[in-house]
Amino acid sequence: MALSYHLQVVNLLAALLLLISFAMLSQRRIVGLITLFAWQGAALAVSTSLVAWATGQHHLYYSAALTVLLKVIVMPWIFYRLVKELDVNRDVEPMINIPTTMLIGIVLVIFAFNLALPISALSGTVTRSTLGIAMATVLLAFLMMITRSKAIPQVIGFLAMENGLFFAATSATYGMPLVVELGVALDVLVGVFVLGIFFFQIRETFDSLDLKHMEKLKEK
Amino acid sequence: MEIYWVLGIPIAGGVFLALWGSRRNAPEINALVSMLTFLAAAMLTQRIIEQGPMMVGNGWFFIDSFNVFLVTLTAFVAFTTSLFSRPYMRIEKEHGRLNDKRLRLYHSSYQVFIAAMLLALTTNNMGILWVSMEAATLATVLLVSLYRTPASLEAAWKYFILCGVGIAQALFGTILLYFAAEKVLGSGGTALLWTQLNGVKAQLEPTVLQLAFVFLLVGYGTKVGLAPLHNWLPDAHAEGPTPVSAVLSGLLLNVALYAVMRCKVLVDGALHTDMAGNLMMGFGLLSVVVAAFLIKRQTDVKRMFAYSSIEHMGLITFTFGMGGAVASFAGLLHMTMHSLTKSAIFFAVGHATQKAGTQVMDGIRGLIKTNPTVGWGLMLGTVAILGVPPFGVFASEFLIITTAMHEHPWATPFLLTALGVAFAAIFGRVQPMVFGETELPRLPHMPALAPVFVHLGLVLMLGLFIPPYLAAWYRQAAQLLGG
Repeated sequence: MALSYHLQVVNLLAALLLLISFAMLSQRRIVGLITLFAWQGAALAVSTSLVAWATGQHHLYYSAALTVLLKVIVMPWIFYRLVKELDVNRDVEPMINIPTTMLIGIVLVIFAFNLALPISALSGTVTRSTLGIAMATVLLAFLMMITRSKAIPQVIGFLAMENGLFFAATSATYGMPLVVELGVALDVLVGVFVLGIFFFQIRETFDSLDLKHMEKLKEK
Repeated sequence: MEIYWVLGIPIAGGVFLALWGSRRNAPEINALVSMLTFLAAAMLTQRIIEQGPMMVGNGWFFIDSFNVFLVTLTAFVAFTTSLFSRPYMRIEKEHGRLNDKRLRLYHSSYQVFIAAMLLALTTNNMGILWVSMEAATLATVLLVSLYRTPASLEAAWKYFILCGVGIAQALFGTILLYFAAEKVLGSGGTALLWTQLNGVKAQLEPTVLQLAFVFLLVGYGTKVGLAPLHNWLPDAHAEGPTPVSAVLSGLLLNVALYAVMRCKVLVDGALHTDMAGNLMMGFGLLSVVVAAFLIKRQTDVKRMFAYSSIEHMGLITFTFGMGGAVASFAGLLHMTMHSLTKSAIFFAVGHATQKAGTQVMDGIRGLIKTNPTVGWGLMLGTVAILGVPPFGVFASEFLIITTAMHEHPWATPFLLTALGVAFAAIFGRVQPMVFGETELPRLPHMPALAPVFVHLGLVLMLGLFIPPYLAAWYRQAAQLLGG
């Protein structure tokens, strides 16, 4: 019975993950968004290590540790620093108003569950029921990227999408081989560094991180 | 053993140039490192020709005729581009568009980019393939924004976000692939090895692979520049420095298509239907048509040739989608031709725009008078890419069209119309640029155009005569693609 007890907690955390995704969609301030992103990482890490414990897949401990290190500590810290140095913590004005975004989000969740159905039916893992939530997280993050016009929220959306993919990998297959996860984590970390540099360049040139200034390159 | 040299040299070069790249002779070091990489790649090819496909390093690397051909091509074009970039970037610096610090970033990222592509080509692990594709994007984001102009920053941002989202789809596809593989091969490091997957592809779960391929095609297809996911490509090509445009267009697109092809081989084995091929044909044909009609509307010369790259990559994707020995052969040949010709064109265009001080085509006139070498280089390159005989592009396009007529006659009108429109548009634009009237004086410095004529010479040679060992090599590679 111990197993099912853990799984209850994993399911709870999965629900929490989904809830955080919706909270991110409705969050107006960048600092709030970063905090939510850190919480999402924490929920992901806890659920990953619970799965590792329940199933005896030891390599999942490493990926949980990696998640804590990168997504709960390093990246939120980098983002806080960026926000402070670039002084951009004003309200984020989404391009579609928030109630509409939430409604679209609900539709996406239903769609994600339908998409996940045939895969989870084939999956042999004990956590397969959370696959739908993982896909919903990916789609909601994608929605967030579309509806935000500022650079940092877009990147957080991108990273939240990566969180969702990680969760999908854990629930469908108990995680990818360790070397691949390490590589992915390295890429994401380098990506955040590159973006940090890049933000300063954008700010230097446009005096703002609003991407509305960056709509010149279009087909005439 | 050579494989470690092929990967190690550019990585070491990247680190060295990152630390000591502000030296005066950094461009020469860059060229030297690229040359050594090319020599190592040539030695690797030699060994593969002699000994056949092989696995190195406990199955981490896998080299067969398909990827060794791309390794050589990548190393070769990277080498010639580094030769071109040496004087080109020096002049850019004199014009005040760049400084030492940015040049250091440029040289270091250039080597890292080449290393990432070579790793993507040689790795046996589908997960590492994804990782190195993403690394290649990250290495070039800051290169696209090297000039720090508003337009270049916008282009780099678009490049990062669109390719990032695209590649995230590919990651999901890879997860699904692993999910299917794990059932047959058991969990752990070996379940993502391509050679292992290829051995058991008939047992993989078809529904999962079907879904996986859709994600992988959309994901890597974004990088190939397939319509409607191509938006980043013209911007990144037009706003980045010209050597970067040349390697993006000539190499990165190929490597992304290589990733798609590796996946297609697996999916075909599992599905026993033409689903993967049909999807690729659809995307490919759409890209050819969309790009051809957008070429007509361009005013920026680098943008125009970027759209031409989309058109050609679409054509290659379509060809690989058709499948079969002749089509795969034609696709591989066209890949080679496009890489060589398009990078040669970008070299010539680079000098032309540098001289005219603008990338707007109306501002570039009479190259034949101001600088005959650049003028002829651009004209011959354009003629070659448009598929005029006796250049090699004609041979490959001819093969593609005849195969299409034979197997998918419905597609032929679309292909012919698109190629015709592209021909008229590009030729009509380039002709006044080369032969138009101009008051400008002759160029003071000699352009470094040896790479242009070397590339075009190769394309011409392959158009007239493909050496038998090369033809055999292509045939072998085509067979691996399910010919």
